[in-house]
Amino acid sequence: MSDDIYREIILDHYRNPRNKGKLLEADVSIHDSNPLCGDEIDIHLKVEEDKIKDIKFEGRGCAISQASASMLTEMVLDKPLNLVRDLAKQDILENIGLTNLGPARIKCALLSLKVLKMGMVKYYADRDPDAAKNFQNDPTVY
Amino acid sequence: MVLQKSAFNVYDLRQDFPILRRRVCGTKPLVYLDNAATTQKPFSVIQSIQDYYSNFNANIHRAVHQLADEATFAYEQARKKVAKLINARFPEEIIFTRNATEAINLVSYAWGRNNVKEGDNIVITEIEHHSNIVPWQMLAREKKANLCYIGVDDNGYLKIEDYEALLEAGNSRLISVSEMSNVLGTIIPLDEIISHAHHNGIPVLVDAAQSVPHMSVDVQESDCDFLAFSSHKMLGPTGVGVLYVKREILEEMPPFIGGGDMIREVHKQETIYNDLPYKFEGGTPNIAGVIGLGTAVDYLDNLGMDKIRDHEMDITRYAMASLADVKDVTIYGPQDLQHRGGILSFNIADIHPHDLATIMNEDGIAIRSGHHCAQVLMQRLDVAATSRASFYIYNTKEEVDLFIGALNRARKIFRI
Repeated sequence: MSDDIYREIILDHYRNPRNKGKLLEADVSIHDSNPLCGDEIDIHLKVEEDKIKDIKFEGRGCAISQASASMLTEMVLDKPLNLVRDLAKQDILENIGLTNLGPARIKCALLSLKVLKMGMVKYYADRDPDAAKNFQNDPTVY
Repeated sequence: MVLQKSAFNVYDLRQDFPILRRRVCGTKPLVYLDNAATTQKPFSVIQSIQDYYSNFNANIHRAVHQLADEATFAYEQARKKVAKLINARFPEEIIFTRNATEAINLVSYAWGRNNVKEGDNIVITEIEHHSNIVPWQMLAREKKANLCYIGVDDNGYLKIEDYEALLEAGNSRLISVSEMSNVLGTIIPLDEIISHAHHNGIPVLVDAAQSVPHMSVDVQESDCDFLAFSSHKMLGPTGVGVLYVKREILEEMPPFIGGGDMIREVHKQETIYNDLPYKFEGGTPNIAGVIGLGTAVDYLDNLGMDKIRDHEMDITRYAMASLADVKDVTIYGPQDLQHRGGILSFNIADIHPHDLATIMNEDGIAIRSGHHCAQVLMQRLDVAATSRASFYIYNTKEEVDLFIGALNRARKIFRI
């Protein structure tokens, strides 16, 4: 029920998003939206020594999509890119504490992970095409 | 309790709709407020489809056996009923398509490709559904024509001065407008728009997907040249759309889809096309769907379109007054019910429409949230999304009360 979905922590991240904004001199910026509902997420990344040195997101959409994006940025900041590669749907749902979302809303929760993985593909495309493949069409996201 | 003021008894009428008996989300009675997306179907419509498949299923316009005769008769009767509903002069001015989108695309391909030239203006408005934007973008790109928009003001009304300026500029070739906005509910001043256009020798297409189901529409009175609408938004089945075209225009139009049924004679290198309207109905159509639409028209006709409009105004007035009492609610679109149909788009505080729809769903209330296939309008309103409640003949004031109750529950969940 909604009382479980819209817990204090979700509303807190929705209303006070962490790491929200632009990133000057980002190594990669990527945008995607959910055509069904129009939720939008932009992610900007700065990478150093195969770690996510800095991450910011911009976006608008429902509490689930925006809180999930906010929590994802906290989850991956300062973490190695390998960790991002291995992140799966279940990790995100557990991270935000919403493992019972219906099919219509689960896309909201996963939009930011999808954008982050798209960002990794873009980052590796010029630098290491083989590594880029690891992020392409990642079945764990969809 | 507030008494219904409508001329038909809404509580009796609800008995005709099997789906209104079902429960959702456990034990909640269904409160269906997503009628601008699609409406529910009365038993008579469901039964007429079953009747066709059970008793006279056959292809139409072809075989001489009895079933084919019966199927052809039922299909053509439906065409006559639809013609009568919108007061078309001739049944052959009615073309059945898959949906209103296909009806507009038919005009864009068959009429637009032959009449729109480089540098011409195609005029639409900022309130259009994507179905009345994208076909014209495609045509404009192909022909190097311009797609021009009549703006909408902050109250949801069209900026007629934009329209007049576009007409004065000269090279407009087609006006294509929604009679009723699927987001704001705005009913546009159609007569004024058409008479201005005709004064300048420009034809007008009316996207009537939201108007034909809810109010009296008369193509002879408005004198529109093209009119498109959809069966499933007016109690009929999905998979059927209607395109009305004035006969003199239709006679000049080349066909849309080539194939069976639209031909008179086919030779190796050329074809003589069939008469109107069959020339535009290539391939076996959705026969069951068209027959179902005919039954839906009977149902609406029996209630009376003016009475339907009265009922929806009554419900909408009540809903708008109730919504206005809820704190932090923004209602989009005209306040004056004379210029508004039974569609209420709104936002409440910082609750995103998807979150609101999720919470409402738990109370059995079906509303729509999102951009409503009108992203140009969303950009104009500068919102990512809205929540939308849209009413029809079977909705009651008690349902509006449940809707308001759920809204207040959402406020609590969001600690507002």
